[in-house]
Amino acid sequence: MPAIVEIDSLTKTYDDGFQALKGVSLTIEEGEILALLGPNGAGKTTLISALCGIVAPTGGHARVGGLDIAADYRAARAIIGLVPQEITLEPFEKVIDTVRFSRGLFGRPRDDALIERVLRQLSLWDKRDSRIMQLSGGMKRRVLIAKALCHEPRVLFLDEPTAGVDVELRRDMWRVVEGLKQSGVTIILTTHYIEEAEAIADRVAVIHRGEILLVEEKDALMRRMGQKCLRIELTEPIAAEPEALADFGLVLSDDGRVLSYTYDRQAERTGITRLLRTLADEGIALADLQTAQSSLEEIFVGLVSDGKAA
Amino acid sequence: MNLRAIWAIYKYEMARFFRTLLQSFVSPVLSTSLYFVVFGAAIGSRISEVEGVAYGAFIVPGLVMLSVMTQSITNAAFGIYFPKFIGTIYELLSAPVSFFEVVLGYVGAAATKAMFIGVVILVTSSLFVDLDIAHPLAMVAFLVLTCLSFSLFGFIIGIWAQNFEQLQLIPLLIVTPLVFLGGSFYSISMLPPAWQTITLFNPVVYLISGFRWSFFGQADVAIGLSLLAIAAFTTICLVLIWAIFKTGYRIRA
Repeated sequence: MPAIVEIDSLTKTYDDGFQALKGVSLTIEEGEILALLGPNGAGKTTLISALCGIVAPTGGHARVGGLDIAADYRAARAIIGLVPQEITLEPFEKVIDTVRFSRGLFGRPRDDALIERVLRQLSLWDKRDSRIMQLSGGMKRRVLIAKALCHEPRVLFLDEPTAGVDVELRRDMWRVVEGLKQSGVTIILTTHYIEEAEAIADRVAVIHRGEILLVEEKDALMRRMGQKCLRIELTEPIAAEPEALADFGLVLSDDGRVLSYTYDRQAERTGITRLLRTLADEGIALADLQTAQSSLEEIFVGLVSDGKAA
Repeated sequence: MNLRAIWAIYKYEMARFFRTLLQSFVSPVLSTSLYFVVFGAAIGSRISEVEGVAYGAFIVPGLVMLSVMTQSITNAAFGIYFPKFIGTIYELLSAPVSFFEVVLGYVGAAATKAMFIGVVILVTSSLFVDLDIAHPLAMVAFLVLTCLSFSLFGFIIGIWAQNFEQLQLIPLLIVTPLVFLGGSFYSISMLPPAWQTITLFNPVVYLISGFRWSFFGQADVAIGLSLLAIAAFTTICLVLIWAIFKTGYRIRA
């Protein structure tokens, strides 16, 4: 697939001396969904703000659709849509008016049929004459998406589209994003939820402290990140691991009360069923079970200590 | 030039104005009427004429200027401050528009609103006093120029302000006193000689004087000076705005 966004050594140092981007280079392919994954303060928002013209980069270059974002800013911005993280809308405005305004601002002629299509796609058509303040949080977010889509961008940036959104709305948003991808829009979304990247992205870029640590196909990354740990608390302490459990690679705690089992969540067989059955056969009584996934923070530490993106 | 963007901003700003039309319309009518009651009837009855013009009519140009200047500043300052405040400025920054187009949209709308109010005050005034406008074209030109230059000034304040207090600060502490002391309700010749000299340092004097000239054909200062003053003020504002946009001052990090 051809590249639609090419970022070359982009840097940003804010006036207070904070270096938010330390030479970011990244290529995004047309038609893909790229998740920009990173903890809070990693530089996700600064990166997309720089690409969209909200923040002036300190150094480096970037091209969108082959157009330089500084030298050719008009043509470049015309093909970019941005959905900001915060819900920023004028409360007294009507949905349809604010969407029409966005289209005009991007220099496009009025097109009621297109706006109707966008609003219907986002299930907002019935609310077109409602004022923003009458809408729920999820709908407001959809209005922001409608505003970003109404000038028919080829690239859509979604900054934390599901931050602080409940599970149902999050799934709903994922469906919307999937639908947009079907319509041919390239989507870059920032998130700090691994699950989100997992659910919708084609590729994942991990950003941390202003640097891209890795860019990888989601499936490959998830295999690597998919390690989980099952913690089994026993009713009675055991002195040693029973023979029958040897091939599970369990770790027994010093007090003999906890068995830890590391497994690959993505694997077809996690071995959990067999492990539990074996434990029962051995007559070991369980007090409690817990599973834990390595946190993003841990993965970052792992990535950094591995000498950057193994 | 992204004309559609300028039009979109202009329309958007005007829509805000029309949403509060009653308030936009009633408040200038009411305050003008009050000025006429206080200055025209109560005080004016003791001042028969100022430089050959009935006092009631004499204060009309000053009244119009007073409202037009404050309205231009407030509208333009609020117009650009509000998107900064609620965050919708992101859209202006990410749109394929130049700052010049943004200024045209916001300042154009603010100036239009101020013009509208200026006209409302003129019409209201004509209900109280007889008005003969000596130089109608010059009057319109002065009105338009004042609206534009003060809207530019307001735009600068809106960009500069970081909170609502700052937004009010300059209009309240500087502009209102300058306008009141700029000969809105009196002729400079009525002041003691020392004050006449001091008053000449007030730029608003030149604007009100020029505007009054277009009504009555006479002025406190030469009409050429008035034109020069408004040209200088507009130029200063334009240079400031150019500098703001060149550096992204308080807009683009």
